[in-house]
Amino acid sequence: MRSRGSTKWRILGSQIFVCLGSAMAALADPTQPLSPTNIFAPASTPARLIFGLSLFVLTVTGGIFIVVFALLLYSVVKFRKRKNDDGREPPQVFGSNQVELAWTVIPVLIVVALFMATARVIAGIQKVPRPDNAIEVIAIGHQFWWEYRYPALGVVTANELHVPVSDDNRPTPTFIQLWSADTDHSFWIPRLAGKTDLIPNHPNSMWIDPHETGLYLGQCAQYCGTQHAKMLLRVYVQSPDEFARWIQEQRQPAITRNEITQGQRIFETTACVNCHKVAGTLANGRFGPDLTHLMSRDTIAAGAAKNTPENLRQWILNPAGIKPGSLMPAMQLSDPELDALTVYLETLR
Amino acid sequence: MSTESIAWPSATAVSPSFVDHLHEWVTTVDHKRLGIMYIVYALIFLVIGGIEATIIRIQLIRPHNDFVSPQVFNRMFTMHGTTMIFFMVMPVLFGFANYLIPLMVGARDMAFPRLNAFSFWMTAFGGLLLYFSLIGANGLYGAGNAPDVGWFAYAPLTSQTFSVGHSTDFWTLALLVSGFGSIGTAINIVATILCMRCPGMTLAKMPLFVWLNLIMAGLVILAVSPLTAAQIMLLIDRYLGGHFFDTQAGGSAVIWMHFFWVFGHPEVYILVLPAFGFASEIIPVFSRKPIFGYPVMVGASVAIGFISMSVWAHHMFTVGMGANINTFFVISSMTIAVPTGIKIFNWLGTMWGGKIEFKTPMLFCVAFVFQFLIAGLTGIMLASAPFDWHLGNSYFVVAHFHYVIVGAILFTLFGAFYYWFPKITGKMYNEALGKLHFWLFIIGFHMTFDFMHVPGLLGMPRRIYTYEPGRGWDTWNFIVTIGVFFQAAGILIFLGNLIWSYFRGKIAGSDPWDAWTLEWSTNSPPPEYNFATIPTIKSRRPLWDLKHPDDPDWRYE
Repeated sequence: MRSRGSTKWRILGSQIFVCLGSAMAALADPTQPLSPTNIFAPASTPARLIFGLSLFVLTVTGGIFIVVFALLLYSVVKFRKRKNDDGREPPQVFGSNQVELAWTVIPVLIVVALFMATARVIAGIQKVPRPDNAIEVIAIGHQFWWEYRYPALGVVTANELHVPVSDDNRPTPTFIQLWSADTDHSFWIPRLAGKTDLIPNHPNSMWIDPHETGLYLGQCAQYCGTQHAKMLLRVYVQSPDEFARWIQEQRQPAITRNEITQGQRIFETTACVNCHKVAGTLANGRFGPDLTHLMSRDTIAAGAAKNTPENLRQWILNPAGIKPGSLMPAMQLSDPELDALTVYLETLR
Repeated sequence: MSTESIAWPSATAVSPSFVDHLHEWVTTVDHKRLGIMYIVYALIFLVIGGIEATIIRIQLIRPHNDFVSPQVFNRMFTMHGTTMIFFMVMPVLFGFANYLIPLMVGARDMAFPRLNAFSFWMTAFGGLLLYFSLIGANGLYGAGNAPDVGWFAYAPLTSQTFSVGHSTDFWTLALLVSGFGSIGTAINIVATILCMRCPGMTLAKMPLFVWLNLIMAGLVILAVSPLTAAQIMLLIDRYLGGHFFDTQAGGSAVIWMHFFWVFGHPEVYILVLPAFGFASEIIPVFSRKPIFGYPVMVGASVAIGFISMSVWAHHMFTVGMGANINTFFVISSMTIAVPTGIKIFNWLGTMWGGKIEFKTPMLFCVAFVFQFLIAGLTGIMLASAPFDWHLGNSYFVVAHFHYVIVGAILFTLFGAFYYWFPKITGKMYNEALGKLHFWLFIIGFHMTFDFMHVPGLLGMPRRIYTYEPGRGWDTWNFIVTIGVFFQAAGILIFLGNLIWSYFRGKIAGSDPWDAWTLEWSTNSPPPEYNFATIPTIKSRRPLWDLKHPDDPDWRYE
């Protein structure tokens, strides 16, 4: 009995060590990223506030775990039935009011402390008024891509959100309105903020103020249909100058040449134009991503593939090959038509 | 009257044929047979739901895996969730409630035996209806077969626009039908407990298992009704031109969420309260002590019942309810930690100073206390709304609720299976196989669900059929999937043990555990009428009084 008991605890103990070890590994060193989507590597005020709260909650719950687990471990080891048991029943204890009172009052106090800390962070994130200089973006969730509109700046783009960095000297937060065109989605960039859902007929909003430039990743976090998994989020945080330049470029219509190329003719005479817009041309669809500056983006298909001519060609040939369940149909084009169309799309800078 | 002689059955007894047996079981209104049918039915769905889980995990073993298509994956997690909640855990708990409550309160059957049979068959046909979708839901070309809207089926994904064919209808009707069964059983449990107790058994002398089932049944009546209403509204939307959840016509997707979670959160307590009941029966017997703080345990359970009705929107912290509503649901959700904590402390108090014998049922219950502690603590993290904005809908929350449903509920259920197997079959299970099951399952469980927390913290959302490499999720997902095979091996040994012991087990006798509640005072298996004479009791442990006439409990209670 004794040896069996100690093996049991050795196994259980090692499991606990592995758990704690992995939790520590997840926490350790946010600059040397374990993951580009680590919630413990915050880079924006809402994420930082949550990070602070989560450390507090983890400390409190960790403390409770250690105390209660020690009690459990002690009682199963100390009070196990011994080999040389005399066969008599142990003292029959029915309870103790003092002890019950103690383990009611202490948890109540802990809950009060946790609640106060939580309520403060909720207010600190949800009750913040929008400053006048904030960038305003409307993010619209579609099956299975993201549309971004900058109403004050006159820019419409897709899948890759650009925002300016917000340093303490010049705070420039970005306020994002969250709409949905079809089903529920959720906007989650773990390093920038917690998630907020995009629900049709129920506009939401959130804000971020990234402190460092760079690319921040995330993805749709509410099941939205077949291709929920490849509805990826990319946020490019740029210096104020770079952001201003990007806005300037995006506001231009597509570069049109004097003669219409074969690729453009194919684009404008097939179903492409039903869904896609290329500003300054005949194409004026609203259902799919705006392609006016397609080549300014690093990825296609909501981050599912790199934006290379080869991928672009594959995508047009058979979208379901890259993203099964994508709502874009295969266009049934011949090889020369595909080549011409790809060449045209590559001019949309 | 004619004088013709009537053919009399020959005196040589013919053993009843298979058809006779079948007829007897199908038409039975005996609470014990219905209980066994619930349990066997649930075990079949445990295997089916387990296979679905295994498919999900194989698909996620590495990034960009293509074991199944996204369509199949989405059906798998929908069917896995729906099956395990509605057609595995609920029926198996109803089965144990059916079997044990009359025996524990000293009654000869449930209050309404025919309603009992009706409820079982409604639940059974609900499950068949759900799985018939695999054959019958292909209403339109290209429409899917099994439902793929997720087990909480958020609007507007369930509208005809996004869910063509009939898969969602099968899902809706399966839950509607089994919901009627659940409500029938709940009414029956409440009536039995309130009206059928044997002389001397006041409410304050009921076994805790009976108390917890009383609260569970009350919650079923309160919680399943809104779900049923919501399912009818969804059918009206889909076929009668209604717009309750039709966001394109001014309906509200958020209303569905409220309807679903006002069912969905009490549902968690519907599942876990009977599990508390198992633990509260098994831990005292194997610690050789009465439950510590019985009145406080009852009070805490009733408190959990009430508070659980006011916490549902903590599932909705990310839907944009505003700071004030979020704050309310933070405090209500955290409050529930207090009575739950009290229960954990009382189980510890029961073990404290006892002589703990680690038979298989007790092993599962000790593991339950440990795992439920962790599940409760991760629950506090999720109740902290801003933390939940990260953790909600990530793999962290998946790990958390599996810690509750597997780590707490399924573990105590395994304990209950081993503990009451001798009573139900009259045979003893194989202890060595039971322990092997325990160790395989606990290793598998911790490999799968401990490590599943980590990808959630690293930003992995749930319900994705594949993921990108380079997110730091690969290793964790690999370990999680490997754990599944340990769990599957454990389950196979468990089922093998049940079948082998049923045919080959040693005769158990009426009271193999030297236990104290009334079910152990009758034969194993109990006769159809349960008790030859209805017992009269004077304390919470009538068999203790009987075995220790010099030191009976009623002197102290």
